Amino acid sequence: MGLIVELTHRCPLQCAYCSNPLALVPRSDELDTETLCRVLDEAAALGVLQVHFSGGEPMARTDLAALVAHANRRGIYTNIITSGVLLDRQRMEALLAAGIDHIQLSFQDSEAQRADDFGHYRGAHARKLAAAELIREAGLPLTANFVVHRANLDRLPAMMALGEALGAERMEIAHVQYYGWALANRASLLPSADQLAEATRLVEEARQRLRGRIAIDYVVPDYYAARPKACMGGWGQRFINLSPSGHALPCHAAETIPGMIFPSVREQTLRSIWEEAEAFARFRGTDWMPDPCRSCDRREIDWGGCRCQALALAGDAAATDPVCDRAPDRAGLLAALDDRAPAEDIRPRRYGARLEPA
Amino acid sequence: MSGGEDALPRFRRGVRFRFDEIRQQWTLLAPEKLFLPDETGTEILKLVDGERSAGAIIDDLAARFDAPRDVIATDVLATLDDLAARGALTL
Ligand code: SF4
Ligand code: SF4
Repeated sequence: MGLIVELTHRCPLQCAYCSNPLALVPRSDELDTETLCRVLDEAAALGVLQVHFSGGEPMARTDLAALVAHANRRGIYTNIITSGVLLDRQRMEALLAAGIDHIQLSFQDSEAQRADDFGHYRGAHARKLAAAELIREAGLPLTANFVVHRANLDRLPAMMALGEALGAERMEIAHVQYYGWALANRASLLPSADQLAEATRLVEEARQRLRGRIAIDYVVPDYYAARPKACMGGWGQRFINLSPSGHALPCHAAETIPGMIFPSVREQTLRSIWEEAEAFARFRGTDWMPDPCRSCDRREIDWGGCRCQALALAGDAAATDPVCDRAPDRAGLLAALDDRAPAEDIRPRRYGARLEPA
Repeated sequence: MSGGEDALPRFRRGVRFRFDEIRQQWTLLAPEKLFLPDETGTEILKLVDGERSAGAIIDDLAARFDAPRDVIATDVLATLDDLAARGALTL
């Protein structure tokens, strides 16, 4: 079982594909170090073996190294998912001393100018390259993460070449997942079916070529798939996602589902949340399923798909994921596939720039 | 791809092999991955230190367990190859 800790929504970058919610949690609502350490203790006792510190930008928290050290003392494998722009030598040393196991570094593009434009941060790309260097020097494994979408897919080969040149152990080529800000910007980001097919072909080719040297994880936008993804390995089955304000969620976008109350780690232990919370039980397993999932032979493979996607595309979190071609209501999905907006319409992720969902 | 008996298995960067008190079981943790090795796998992994060759691991296990060396060798090499293919070890 894994724990994802979104330490903060603060981030120096403003990626339009960010899956954070439109209503970003302000710093004053973030959990404090003491509470987070208690949660890590509870996680270890619950059998959590891996913790992923993410955000926002987890390095925006000055206590990151202290939290890594705490998790490490509890025997939990620690991973940081970062944009890298705040990683300097001093912080790298602190993280190393804390026993960090792995860092995943994300890139917006292969070209500095375009990457900086997309993230609205001058010099970000150069800082990421320096961060990759620091990670390598420290002898840590490096995962280079490239988020791809309509506007940067042309440069996929160059991105993979960059990952190779940086000496990454793993690369993650992740198509944008349409939640939060990414959902609001979907019409400008969603690739065409042809673009997707070409990307998949290029990744396959690179996988063959790099076999045994660099592993490539490939995350597709399942909008074009015939079957949905098993979101989070099934609702409430493999992950707890902690929001910056302390809400325990079965998936990071779950707070978009109306009428659900998510328990807070400020008030409850992780164990009682995992074992007793109504919100975790709501879509766990197969009992909640409507037809056609209920009688489908794939119900324990994809668990009916993603609840937040069902909400976004069919207006009902308890519906069969509309991505599935067996789903009764696919109108929203088909409309989304046709909905195209120009790149100029992209709205960067910003505090105080709360948007109405597209 | 097989490493053979001369291979020098070692954990890849970022891979941790540790005993989990809660499960009372050895676990192999890697970026975005978790392996729960079976008994044979655990005995093999305990001997992976970047200094012992695959052959030396086989010798060690053959001396301690009551099975013909070639049977153990087949097991060990297959397990090491599998873990290498899954990104946990280099050979
Ligand atoms: S996707 Fe971009 S804006 Fe969102 S947290 Fe990551 S780096 Fe920051
Ligand atoms: S009908 Fe439901 S369970 Fe079957 S493949 Fe589609 S989403 Fe999955």
